[in-house]
Amino acid sequence: MLTILFDGVAYGMLLFVLACGLSVTLGLMNFINLAHGAFAMAGGYCTVILVNRLGLPFALGLPLAFLVTAAIGALLERTLYSHVYARSHLDQVLFTIGLVFMSVAAVDYTMGSSQQFVLIPQALQGQFIVFGIGMSKYRLLIILVCGLLTIGLQLIIGKTRFGSRLRAAVDDRRVARGLGINVGAVFTLTFAFGSGLAGLGGALGAEILGLDPTFPLKYMIYFLIVVTVGGTSSITGPFLASILLGIADVAGKYYVPTLGAFVIYTIMIVVLIWRPQGLFARSAAR
Amino acid sequence: MPSSADSVSAYLARRARWSPLEIAFWIFVFATIWLFPGKYLIMKDTAILALFALSLDLILGYAGIISLGHAAFFGLAGYFSGLIAKYGIINEPVIALICSGLVAAALGFITSFLVLRGSDLTRIMVTLGISLILGEIANRYSNITGGADGLQGVDIKPIFGLFRFDLYGHNGYIYSLIVLFICFVIVRRIVYSPFGLSLRSLKGNPLRASAIGIPVNRRLVAIYTVSGGLAGIAGGLLTQTTAFCSLDVFSFDRSADLLLVLIIGGTGYLYGGLIGAVIYKFLQDWIATLTPQYWQFWIGFVLVVIVLVGRERVEGWIAAVREFIVRLGGRLVERPATVGGGAGPDGH
Repeated sequence: MLTILFDGVAYGMLLFVLACGLSVTLGLMNFINLAHGAFAMAGGYCTVILVNRLGLPFALGLPLAFLVTAAIGALLERTLYSHVYARSHLDQVLFTIGLVFMSVAAVDYTMGSSQQFVLIPQALQGQFIVFGIGMSKYRLLIILVCGLLTIGLQLIIGKTRFGSRLRAAVDDRRVARGLGINVGAVFTLTFAFGSGLAGLGGALGAEILGLDPTFPLKYMIYFLIVVTVGGTSSITGPFLASILLGIADVAGKYYVPTLGAFVIYTIMIVVLIWRPQGLFARSAAR
Repeated sequence: MPSSADSVSAYLARRARWSPLEIAFWIFVFATIWLFPGKYLIMKDTAILALFALSLDLILGYAGIISLGHAAFFGLAGYFSGLIAKYGIINEPVIALICSGLVAAALGFITSFLVLRGSDLTRIMVTLGISLILGEIANRYSNITGGADGLQGVDIKPIFGLFRFDLYGHNGYIYSLIVLFICFVIVRRIVYSPFGLSLRSLKGNPLRASAIGIPVNRRLVAIYTVSGGLAGIAGGLLTQTTAFCSLDVFSFDRSADLLLVLIIGGTGYLYGGLIGAVIYKFLQDWIATLTPQYWQFWIGFVLVVIVLVGRERVEGWIAAVREFIVRLGGRLVERPATVGGGAGPDGH
């Protein structure tokens, strides 16, 4: 029981790191980015190449995955995405689906379609037994890293000047621009950072979520659930949503394995019908 | 002095008239039965895709609902028609097809209430979620649906007890074409009716539409139901003509590809889905011969390019070509071009 809770929290933390970038981009630019999972996949494959092929230590592979994915994100944002912000939602959906298809096929071409595994160091394998609860070391690491990241994000958004600019831009883009905040630059930075986090999440999660070329399609719905259920106006909403989703998913798979992902989708639809703005959204006057 | 109601109905009647070009188009479509023997299988797939795209266009192009889960209707009806044929519940394919359309329409009616609420994102999520749930159910009850192996042992009886589905897809193709044509006529009738006109106004501005007395939600429910039914007929058709149904009917790719089909052909335009289906199939066939495994990359590439170039601009080019052909067609039959143009102005 507690093991399930533990696994669920680890899974949820992972989902949060994967999806928080998406929630900020959606809230900031009202941009539907279905290709967010492609960045996570990029991070995962980046780690596979660095750690497995080049033999770098795992601890170095993770930050590098973050940096590489953030760079890819910044590049794509400047060259492609920025043209699509002002378009209709249909255009955004089409554009990002196109990107997903391209990334899936490109990874399939370069890396092969089989599932990849990141070689995690010996020290992180196995599990601790605390009070009779088995806790996998790797999952503990995930909770630790993701927890630190969450606190860090909360501090950046809550305390720094950049954070207040970001919050202002999310709340009202036009007024923020009127006050002299360079919303475009804020957005590029946020996008790159969010992509980087997704990449890091993909690298960390390769062990748990699995890593193959269909990753962006498989987990797209999970990221979207986190964002829509959590709302886009804060960081805590998506965080709670992803923890809930993680626990629900792990518990669902454990207790009622026959129902599969059915539980998650049903909960999602019910929540969306009940509160279309998300469970934890404040009633933003926009 | 004619009343305004009279002038509106006269306007609608004028718009709804079949132009010579449309007649020529359909004559050509039916002529393909004799023109390209040996290509029946791909042409049949194109016809089914066209019908499917037509159904999506009803809600996307005319009512403005973005759906990423239109495969739900397609798949549900596909499995339904496969199952009733397998267990011999309804042996007559035409009746079975109508029934599977009705089943999908029922699903459309039920789910339409979920789609009414919320923003574009919520709609995307809900439609996507519904198709995923159905896919999950089909996967779960593999003792009935055959799971990942697909539904085996479907035996489709001859149409009206006369026309057997042959191995070369000859009769299957003719059957699909006739169904496509009948559905097209129905859709055409809907689109040119006052109901269709109210849908367009609703897409333009729901608030104003409701202000002039159009019951927005009722209209959306109705069109979503019809669209689901048509998608269901397309799905049933696929199962009947292939005597097989697999989990892939629910896949996200199917819904996404469908959007591409519609975007290539142009949304909110009756022939958009048809032309798009033809272009898409050619494209897919051509790319698949170049790179059999990675054709998806180029499909994605086409999507990205279309959006970056600007959908309006691409549709503008297509509209220009259309205009040209209409004018050409008009000149050939010695009629002013303005009378033809079954397409009408697109309003983009």
